[in-house]
Amino acid sequence: MSRFWKGRLTENDVTPEGVYLNRRQIMAGAAGLGIGSIAGGPLLAAPSGLEPVPYEAASSYNNYYEFGTDKEDPARYADALTTDPWSIEINGMVDNPGTYALEDVLKGREIQERIYRLRCVEGWSMVIPWDGFQLSELLNQVGVQSGAGFVAFETLARPEEMRGLRNSVLDWPYREGLRLDEAMHPLTIMATGMYGKDLPNQNGAPIRLVVPWKYGFKSIKSIVRITVQEEMPFTSWKNAWAQAYGFYSNVNPEVSHPRWSQSTERVLDGSRIPSRRETEMFNGYQEEVAGLYTDLDLTTNF
Amino acid sequence: MAQVVNTWLRRIPAWPLYVIGVLPPAWLLWAGFSGRLGFDPVKAMEHQMGEWGLWLLIAGLCVTPLRRYIGINLLRYRRALGLLTFFYIFCHLLIWLILDVQILSLIWEDILRRPYITVGMGAFALMTPLAITSNNLSIRKMGRNWRRLHKLVYGAALLGALHYILLAKGFQLPPFIYMGVIIALLLLRLPKVAKRRSH
Repeated sequence: MSRFWKGRLTENDVTPEGVYLNRRQIMAGAAGLGIGSIAGGPLLAAPSGLEPVPYEAASSYNNYYEFGTDKEDPARYADALTTDPWSIEINGMVDNPGTYALEDVLKGREIQERIYRLRCVEGWSMVIPWDGFQLSELLNQVGVQSGAGFVAFETLARPEEMRGLRNSVLDWPYREGLRLDEAMHPLTIMATGMYGKDLPNQNGAPIRLVVPWKYGFKSIKSIVRITVQEEMPFTSWKNAWAQAYGFYSNVNPEVSHPRWSQSTERVLDGSRIPSRRETEMFNGYQEEVAGLYTDLDLTTNF
Repeated sequence: MAQVVNTWLRRIPAWPLYVIGVLPPAWLLWAGFSGRLGFDPVKAMEHQMGEWGLWLLIAGLCVTPLRRYIGINLLRYRRALGLLTFFYIFCHLLIWLILDVQILSLIWEDILRRPYITVGMGAFALMTPLAITSNNLSIRKMGRNWRRLHKLVYGAALLGALHYILLAKGFQLPPFIYMGVIIALLLLRLPKVAKRRSH
């Protein structure tokens, strides 16, 4: 990867370790309060900016079921994945369908850093600095035809390298989708790195989607196919349990998951006992994206 | 063979089980707080305590079939197994309450509205009277009712395995294996199964 993109960020641009350590101490103090606060009400994280979690955490705590269902499985087993060469098939309602080598997808693109809070549907969040480009650039380049309404994405499914495929937890290959306007939104990026480094395999190397106002599973990893189409695409989690996972899956504190409330989230920031913060509508990107959903009832279109 | 084992077992008292049994949860807490359980130690502790609790529950359910079908008598260890099961599940519950959810209103909402939590709390509720009456005085005072009461453990075991099935994301095999083992151990107790064997 680094042969066609040198990260413009240096180690110094990533939050210095001293800041993490300092924060960790603050959190350890808050955790002590947490034990006493059980009757006293919410223990919420002090309002803080988007302060990235340590790289080691973001790369060792992952949901990537193709490598196993435990959070540690992807970091343990994803090394087996071959990410070079890599190509993405772009087809459907586009002017220039075809199979594009990753080098060609990335050619001439300016890679930006985007620090987003990743809110998992499981009720936790962590802040990660991604490096990538807007998906809209790629879609504009291949030429989306009129009448298209949705974009479907597919993850690689290579059983020899992805041991999790032996288990039928989901209907492989993993598939996700966005409405076209969501895909074209400036917040929606294709990430090729994080923390100024190449994306580790467990985080979806070599290229993945990041949609910050939706639950993390929408941000599909290791993409091999992008299909622009008229109808709403098949999505793996909705197929597995439609009552729990809707097509939109916007972060929404008002709509609880059958197994847990979504009103708060555990902030995974490296502290031993994560504090809770109130979950924000659209994961805090309300100003940017609420307009996309003005004619939708988000409690039924969750 | 069973006789030899039983003779051997007669020399081993039950009390060391309590001492040994406290070590794993203590280790787990220490490992969690000292950063040895990965990036989300609270979840790791919570899940591990629950799984160990199931193991102990299953071990306790094995005592009767082992005696009936193989002749190995572990009866004198059953109280320790049962009390440790309760202790482990209580730790599992405390970790969830204090370290995970933390917020009282959310805890209530979860108990009332999330089937897997409701079921888990049901299992805990069934185990509580069993733990309270696991002493010689209660056995003496309650007579036959003590045995009747302690059949609640069957319900607790089924609810415990159901709790695991309901919380697993997607289709995963392990919770079903636990349920299968528990159902098999309960079936071995049916009078018909036992009778067929003695003929």
